[in-house]
Amino acid sequence: MLAKTREKIIETVLFLSAATAITIVLLILIFLLKEGLPILMKVGVIDFCLGMTWNPIAIAGEPEYGIFPMIMGSIYVAIGSLILAVPLGLACAVFLAEIAPAWARFSLKHAIELLVGIPSVVLGFVGLVLLVPFVRDHFGGCGFSILAGSIVLAVMALPRIISVSDDAIRSVPRAYKEASLALGATHWYTIKKVILPSARSGIIAAVILAMGNSIGETMAVLMVVGSVACLPSPLYDVLDPVRPMTSNIAIEMSYATGDHAQALFATGIVLFVMVGMMTWLSHKVLKSKMGTAR
Amino acid sequence: MDEIEIESRSLNLWYESVHALKNVTLSMPKKKVTAVIGPSGCGKSTFIRCINRMNDLIKGCRVEGELLFEGRNVYDRDIDVVSLRKRIGMVFQKPNPFPMSVYDNVAYGPRLHGTRSSGELDKIVEESLKSSALWNEVADVLNRSALDLSGGQQQRLCIARTLAVNPDVILFDEPCSALDPISTAKIEDLINTLVHDYTIIIVTHNMQQAARVSDFTAFFLLGEVIEFGKTKQIFEMPEKKSTEDYITGRFG
Repeated sequence: MLAKTREKIIETVLFLSAATAITIVLLILIFLLKEGLPILMKVGVIDFCLGMTWNPIAIAGEPEYGIFPMIMGSIYVAIGSLILAVPLGLACAVFLAEIAPAWARFSLKHAIELLVGIPSVVLGFVGLVLLVPFVRDHFGGCGFSILAGSIVLAVMALPRIISVSDDAIRSVPRAYKEASLALGATHWYTIKKVILPSARSGIIAAVILAMGNSIGETMAVLMVVGSVACLPSPLYDVLDPVRPMTSNIAIEMSYATGDHAQALFATGIVLFVMVGMMTWLSHKVLKSKMGTAR
Repeated sequence: MDEIEIESRSLNLWYESVHALKNVTLSMPKKKVTAVIGPSGCGKSTFIRCINRMNDLIKGCRVEGELLFEGRNVYDRDIDVVSLRKRIGMVFQKPNPFPMSVYDNVAYGPRLHGTRSSGELDKIVEESLKSSALWNEVADVLNRSALDLSGGQQQRLCIARTLAVNPDVILFDEPCSALDPISTAKIEDLINTLVHDYTIIIVTHNMQQAARVSDFTAFFLLGEVIEFGKTKQIFEMPEKKSTEDYITGRFG
């Protein structure tokens, strides 16, 4: 009898914890919508997302709330970071999973875990002190740039891409590898033709997730990316500064009022939707893997 | 006397400190089926995995002695493992088709070894699938995933995949242990046909299977060859007491 009551209490406590967590998330979402939706309606979703000018405190004339340059800024640095991190991360994961001897695997794994533990502000600071002058001296421009932002984000994305890809590669059945080798394939041919294609969905999911994280990252990017709310010109100039959405919110939140503050919340909604879509997409890719590999 | 294709001389193998094969000396004749039988853990799979050097994949595995294929030691320094495995194919215990289409599975080997023309590939795929008695069942679904086939079909696909690289020897590592009796019968028929063109070595748990498909039988116990000879003789009048005990089902 007592045991039963105890059981009941534990179950209730667990349920309440779960309910609390979900409620908090929902409340945040509701708050975000409540604060951001009015301005989004006033300006219009299309004009807000595709507007080219961000001028929230207009001295003369109407303020303008166009965040397109910032959406592009987020996408620029996120894609830039992937271009750098994916080949490197994938190569590292292949090495870890297939080639590294036990001791190398052990130490590399720990090094990678260490990389996860570095606070983003520290990475940003290192980027500011070392990377920005380096870019300025060797590539030109002012140093604060898409390139610098991409490199910092790539460093942050690397450990995640490596560890998820490593898991994906290691979960490829050993039998596939043996079958390929037994047919006279070299190790590299086997990796290229059998192991990587089999691990593909896990790797793609890792990349999408990393992209979501890069879009959502604030501090590290803010410090090196220059925060100019314009599109780079020409559009492919990665040495130009941009301002991702996250930086926009972080920089202006402290002094924004009225419509301006609401517009920042609306930026948050756009950000939320984009990151949410990335997460959803990566789950979708992982699920589709379950379907085919039985 | 039959021509000998593969011969092991005082072959010893260790996994770390475990002595898994002890002085194995065997001669396997060309274009015959040699069965390797024995209780679990007696080293039969380990032995055939020496022949195409699949044991190289296992860390801490050490081999001493000689294993001759056409008179050359496969453990010689200058042996090219890749071309060795091209000539000595292997079919595994669990069917392990690649997660690709039926066609791509069979074409994997030829592509790997440099066949590019699609006409030639088509021909090899068709011939290989016919030789493995699978063509009639899959001719219309060549582009479907190999994982959609039944277990028995998958195993015959793996045989076709092996045939497609045109080996001289095929090693079967308990090819039927994951299959139902009907699929097993099909594979056995297939082995009886393939032996006209290939040297076959088959590891099996199934005494009747060894008796049905093989010309020669080797009985392994605790890493040693206890007895080797014509299958008929091994099954009808074994010389050693432990061989008789095993095949009559007293242990193992």
